[in-house]
Amino acid sequence: MAIRTIKVGLASCGLAAGADEIYNLLKEALPSSIRLEKTACLGLCYAEPMAEVIDEQGGSRVYGYLSSNDIPHFISDTLPDRKLVLSDIREAPANRDVAGQLRIATRNSGRIDPDRIGDYLEKQGYTALQTVCTQFTPEKVIDTIKASGLRGRGGAGFPTGLKWEFARKAKSDKKYFICNADEGDPGAFMDRNILESDPHSVLEGMAIGAYAIGADEGYVYCRAEYPLAVKRLKFAIAEAEARGFLGYNIFNSGFSFHIHLKEGAGAFVCGEETALIASIEGKRGMPRIRPPYPAESGLWGKPTNINNVETLASIPWIILNGASAYAAYGTEKSKGTKVFALAGKVKHTGLVEVPMGTTLRTIIEDIGGGIKDGRKVKAVQLGGPSGGCIPAELLDTPVDYDSIVQTGAIMGSGGMVVMDDSTCMVNIAAFFLRFTQNESCGKCTFCRIGTKRMLEILERIQEGRGVPEDIEKLEQLSEQIIGSSLCGLGKTAPNPVLTTLRYFKDEYLAHINEKRCPAGVCKALVHFEIDPAACTGCTLCARACPVKAISGEKKKTHRIDQDTCISCGACYAVCNFNAVMRT
Amino acid sequence: MKDKVDNIIARYEGKKGITIPLLQDIQVLEGYISEDMIRYLSEKTGIPVAELYGVATFYSMFRLKPQGRHIIRTCKGTACHVSGADIIISAICSHLGLKEGESTTDDGRFTLLEVACLGCCSLAPVIMIDDTTYGKVSVAKLPGILDKYK
Repeated sequence: MAIRTIKVGLASCGLAAGADEIYNLLKEALPSSIRLEKTACLGLCYAEPMAEVIDEQGGSRVYGYLSSNDIPHFISDTLPDRKLVLSDIREAPANRDVAGQLRIATRNSGRIDPDRIGDYLEKQGYTALQTVCTQFTPEKVIDTIKASGLRGRGGAGFPTGLKWEFARKAKSDKKYFICNADEGDPGAFMDRNILESDPHSVLEGMAIGAYAIGADEGYVYCRAEYPLAVKRLKFAIAEAEARGFLGYNIFNSGFSFHIHLKEGAGAFVCGEETALIASIEGKRGMPRIRPPYPAESGLWGKPTNINNVETLASIPWIILNGASAYAAYGTEKSKGTKVFALAGKVKHTGLVEVPMGTTLRTIIEDIGGGIKDGRKVKAVQLGGPSGGCIPAELLDTPVDYDSIVQTGAIMGSGGMVVMDDSTCMVNIAAFFLRFTQNESCGKCTFCRIGTKRMLEILERIQEGRGVPEDIEKLEQLSEQIIGSSLCGLGKTAPNPVLTTLRYFKDEYLAHINEKRCPAGVCKALVHFEIDPAACTGCTLCARACPVKAISGEKKKTHRIDQDTCISCGACYAVCNFNAVMRT
Repeated sequence: MKDKVDNIIARYEGKKGITIPLLQDIQVLEGYISEDMIRYLSEKTGIPVAELYGVATFYSMFRLKPQGRHIIRTCKGTACHVSGADIIISAICSHLGLKEGESTTDDGRFTLLEVACLGCCSLAPVIMIDDTTYGKVSVAKLPGILDKYK
């Protein structure tokens, strides 16, 4: 069957894997009978670069792992089956990797060209806004969102409808509506993908929210580390304005709403709403005491509502399909769906959207395809630096706000990093603490200095200089930091340490008492040498060594120069003959 | 150069919340923000030096020293961390002859920075050179990537 259209996925992950090269080669090679289109992220990042092939009957197949050698096979439609990732994009349940997924916030991702507003309109784009502006009172919008049970997807899980109601009730001549797109959690990329793949759904969600609270001006505060998201947002705002979906007198309803784009400048704490507001005002992004909440006094002292990207992308769907359709999914207290950025040691990394209440095991083993290289899952890190590590034995925990909190982690914004037995939990705790310590704005003493002291303790444990009292000190400092910090950054900073202490205390004790790192990660506690009897001289280790510490001729025994060696373990990981000895 | 700076300042005249975008534009123009520039901006806009300096040092994006021709950003996100980001950083330093604590090569070709997360976690480890992102980077692939930049 002849191919009619080819869509190449051009979001950040695709581009990093070389999708632009595929697109450009196809552009040159394709006959005029085949349309070449752009789209963004389907969520199957592990198989990038990817392209969807649509035949004359409208049947679609998605191919991944593409390279420049595949170009001729596109024209003859002879792409090998081993590169087939999805047999039909529309029949997701029939496909292994997407079974169990439910796409609401990411409903258009990878299906439309984010730079063409026409594509979005074909998917009922801006219909929800039209309905709201012409048929709903603001109160009815708020009631709908309240009834849907939608809670803030940025991490805290505050009911969105209630938040809007507070802002609605605030009396002022001027109100603002802000989209928090400052996705700073290391290991999270849900918002980036939504912004790159379907920016209009976020803008439409903002406009609906602005109508509900009575705002006429809005800001998208986007991380500067996401240049493609910034570019697509800028373009989308201009297109929506040109079509009258944003700007003055939208749908002749008398409602006006203007959106500005603000690029962040690199500060994790700006994800906190009062810090974000300070940053838009041009100041250092330092949180302030609440109350007053932004709903009363926010940007430039005016009532302000702030929602996260994923929350806003879900809004048009709720308006179009009704609150009860959304509330039909999920658990009693956590309704609808949640998007997770699945990364780490899992086979099928990418973006997944599942109904709330799906278990971690389903996400990791079914959707994620299990762990790479036949290893075993050790822990799942949820919620980034504010979250915690959930051990393998708790994989049957359902993902909803309350169940996750019981494990000591938090739902967070949706970063889900899977770790196997090659990960040291003390090292991971130190990694997150180093991050929060570095990102602490410095306002609260315990957050500023307490995290520093905790980090020093963790570092000395990693170096084999830990003492038994350190565990108690870590717990004590954690309690003090949680109790005496103003904002979420400090209040949650000790979580990675507390959860690893709770579930992996034996690893801490091995470092402290036996001066041993069970995972073989902590540099001061490991030593690598090559076993001359086992070494075949294949040179693999020498090529993997980042500091050129391994020497030896081909087919002859190699050796490690101990003065140059940084104990990173790269040689150990690549050796096929068990010739690198770790002691 | 001074005209260009004045043009940037003029664009923001009379607007609110200009400090960050103003400094961002200046950095794009000059590559970094010098002490002299902060004083000049303060004189022209009336924003106190302390406030400009405070903002410039608060946000990780601002550079107070001259930068290399190309910026390498190595991702230090969680996924990259568990996938060997430190090994990649060691390899870059070794390849470019950077010692610990140095961030710019002697020939001014590269500046090496660590960033919190580039959001391409599924392709870890990831680095970004100027505006191009490279995924699934390995020690073996690095020289080929770096050699593209002169």
